[in-house]
Amino acid sequence: MKKHWWKILTVLLLVYTFIAGLLGPVPRLPLLQETIRNLYFHVCMWFAMMILFMVSVVHSIRYLNTLKPELDRAARLYAGTGILFGLLGYGTGAIWASFTWADPNIPILDSFSTIARDPKLIGAAVALLVYAAYMILRDSINDIDKRARISAVYNIFAFVLLFPAIWILPRVLPSLHPGNDGNPALDVKNDISADMRMVFYPAVLGWTLLGVWITQLKIRLQVLVDKKLGL
Amino acid sequence: MKKLFPLAAIFLLFTQPLLSQAPKYEMAQLMRSDGRIYVVIAVMLAILAGLILYLIRLDRKIAKMENLK
Repeated sequence: MKKHWWKILTVLLLVYTFIAGLLGPVPRLPLLQETIRNLYFHVCMWFAMMILFMVSVVHSIRYLNTLKPELDRAARLYAGTGILFGLLGYGTGAIWASFTWADPNIPILDSFSTIARDPKLIGAAVALLVYAAYMILRDSINDIDKRARISAVYNIFAFVLLFPAIWILPRVLPSLHPGNDGNPALDVKNDISADMRMVFYPAVLGWTLLGVWITQLKIRLQVLVDKKLGL
Repeated sequence: MKKLFPLAAIFLLFTQPLLSQAPKYEMAQLMRSDGRIYVVIAVMLAILAGLILYLIRLDRKIAKMENLK
């Protein structure tokens, strides 16, 4: 039970997120109204994705230093879970946008063409595709050592590409998406209200820990599979 | 059995007026107050519980496999 404390923490944080996220007080903003509660779910997906990609690239760098195969395995599986969270972020964002950005008076496809041009969406899509390329690159190399080394180097490039794709370019260009000025969601003075911060930060932690939990399971499973294959 | 489905569907149509005659008074119960947001919370918590239980079961299974060696 001692090493499982963080899993219990995950469950507690997520239960808190769901209850406080739906019942807690939120500011009434035009257009957003109650949908602002999506902050605890949609935005957390992206935060979890960024943290998981960060963990992945740290494993890749450590792999290049030590050439230990288990580090390469961890890097790959953390990136995989990161992509999953990114896709969930994209999907939830699509739902949210269609009820806040889309003009109800014109056909949904017409507003889609303007929404899809939003630099934040394109940046996120580029980032996810770069990570999809990481998976394809890995699986196309048969030699185990070569695969580990090349994909570790590529993982560093992919992570570096996150900076322009999701952190710099969307803030330079005009966008419908909130969080362009300063440090979105982390700026204590001007950004989200104090009530929301009380839910948002635990929510980020909870979702991220859930991602870590899933990845840990995948790693342990992969260890068993590799053992069976005699690797 | 299959032939019964259209019949059942037609029958369900007739129950529509019953639904529109929902009680006009607010039932003073937790699950029926505050725009019934608690129902949404219950549903979401049920999904979360299901996912977490699934993860715990997977965790246990993998732990068992690890101990086999």
